[in-house]
Amino acid sequence: METKIAVSKNVTESAESRNKMEIKNLSVFYRKFRALAEINIAVHPNRITAIIGPSGCGKSTLLRSFNRMNDLTPSAHMDGEIILDGENINASGVDVVDVRRRVGMVFQRPNPFPKSIYDNVAFGPRLYGIRRRNDLNEIVEKSLRQAALWEEVKDKLHQSGFSLSGGQQQRLCIARALAVEPEVILMDEPASALDPISTLRIEELMRDLVQDYTIIIVTHNMQQAARVSDYTAMMMIDDHRAGRMIEFNETNVIFTNPKDKRTEDYVTGRFG
Amino acid sequence: MLRKTFETEIKQVKDDVLLLGSMVEESILNSVEALKKRDLKAAQKILEGDRAINKKRFEIESELMILIATQQPMAHDLRLLASNLEIISELERMGDYAKGIANINIRMGDEPLLKPLIDIPRMAEKGVDMLHRALTAFVNEDIESARKIPVEDDEVDALYNQVYHELMMYVIQDPRTIERANWLLWVAHNLERVADRVTNICERTVFIVTGDLTEITDTDNEFWHPHKHE
Repeated sequence: METKIAVSKNVTESAESRNKMEIKNLSVFYRKFRALAEINIAVHPNRITAIIGPSGCGKSTLLRSFNRMNDLTPSAHMDGEIILDGENINASGVDVVDVRRRVGMVFQRPNPFPKSIYDNVAFGPRLYGIRRRNDLNEIVEKSLRQAALWEEVKDKLHQSGFSLSGGQQQRLCIARALAVEPEVILMDEPASALDPISTLRIEELMRDLVQDYTIIIVTHNMQQAARVSDYTAMMMIDDHRAGRMIEFNETNVIFTNPKDKRTEDYVTGRFG
Repeated sequence: MLRKTFETEIKQVKDDVLLLGSMVEESILNSVEALKKRDLKAAQKILEGDRAINKKRFEIESELMILIATQQPMAHDLRLLASNLEIISELERMGDYAKGIANINIRMGDEPLLKPLIDIPRMAEKGVDMLHRALTAFVNEDIESARKIPVEDDEVDALYNQVYHELMMYVIQDPRTIERANWLLWVAHNLERVADRVTNICERTVFIVTGDLTEITDTDNEFWHPHKHE
């Protein structure tokens, strides 16, 4: 399988500011099985980058690499560099907990803690030592506002997080991630468990958030990737079942005139 | 095959576009033939035929809108469906040119033709031949053929120049012929525009395959035209 990927020149040598994150020659192994092979990707600041590809191609494994969540799987190890603001965070001695604060994550199924709405959002800041009530109140309100949830919950902050609808719970999880002031937000199919209206709300929220944050999203919904992202990375498994990136470009190019036939086949639904 | 239904529907649309194309080709040739013979009944039929062309165009447009809404086309499929929308619009305008020629025929009433038609039928045959091949290239996504057709527009332009100069000579020699000369000049103008629009169809064919939307410019050997791609 060819290792060269079709990348637009102006995507890597952009006049925009330096990349927020980069992945260089990343391979991820589960024991001896190579799940990801030689991934290279640049993530532009204040943009949404989508990762698409067929089931099992390693999209979520790649997403979890950005904040070293793969470390939590005992059999996993990673070779290669994961760069955040110019520094390799896949090196020994790196404060992984701080990495996961700076690079937050929202998961496919909403997973609020079994706590009140307030305490869900305040949980992270409290862990970081913020104790004063006023400070916490401010953080909770700001985070819930940013997650476009404040107006719906401001009068019931002490109700359980589970009392919310699915869409609201997901926005609560987003607020929880925002409360610790991340720089990058990773979203693993954030709307796939939600109804269409909630999905569109999450997408609108992403477009609002990207003004202040950098977002990387994994989605199997191509129309969502097309609607919401600025850049799209197309992944596929090779003959050895390792996930590889085969094309990376501006979203409008990927969906109107992709360069690689495999991308074309996938986005037009001919793949299979 | 994945998306078999979609593929079938795309093929149906292409067949419908070819059908629309043949309706337009027939209309153009018949309108000129009717003018040559001063057959006003045939001219009237062209006007009725134009209604059928318009109806067909809207039917295809509706098919395309449904496909776009329901199939979420991307990449090549998207370019193809978007180009179909453009092409049926071009064909409908060509149908209008044929209608225009039929209208001129009817308006002329009992007036004889200023001169026997020689170059005007040649323009029609050439334009229709170009159109036929352009549509064939379009459905087959044959960009090599599509790229070669626009340059033939020069022949049509040259014929137009000839017609123009000839008619001007008539008018200079006898100013009373100006109205009849004008009618024929409009007919030639309409046929010249048919050939111009064929170029647009060829450009769309290239776009479908390559994703590049650029003009396929013909040579400079062309009568000045104020609106190249109206």
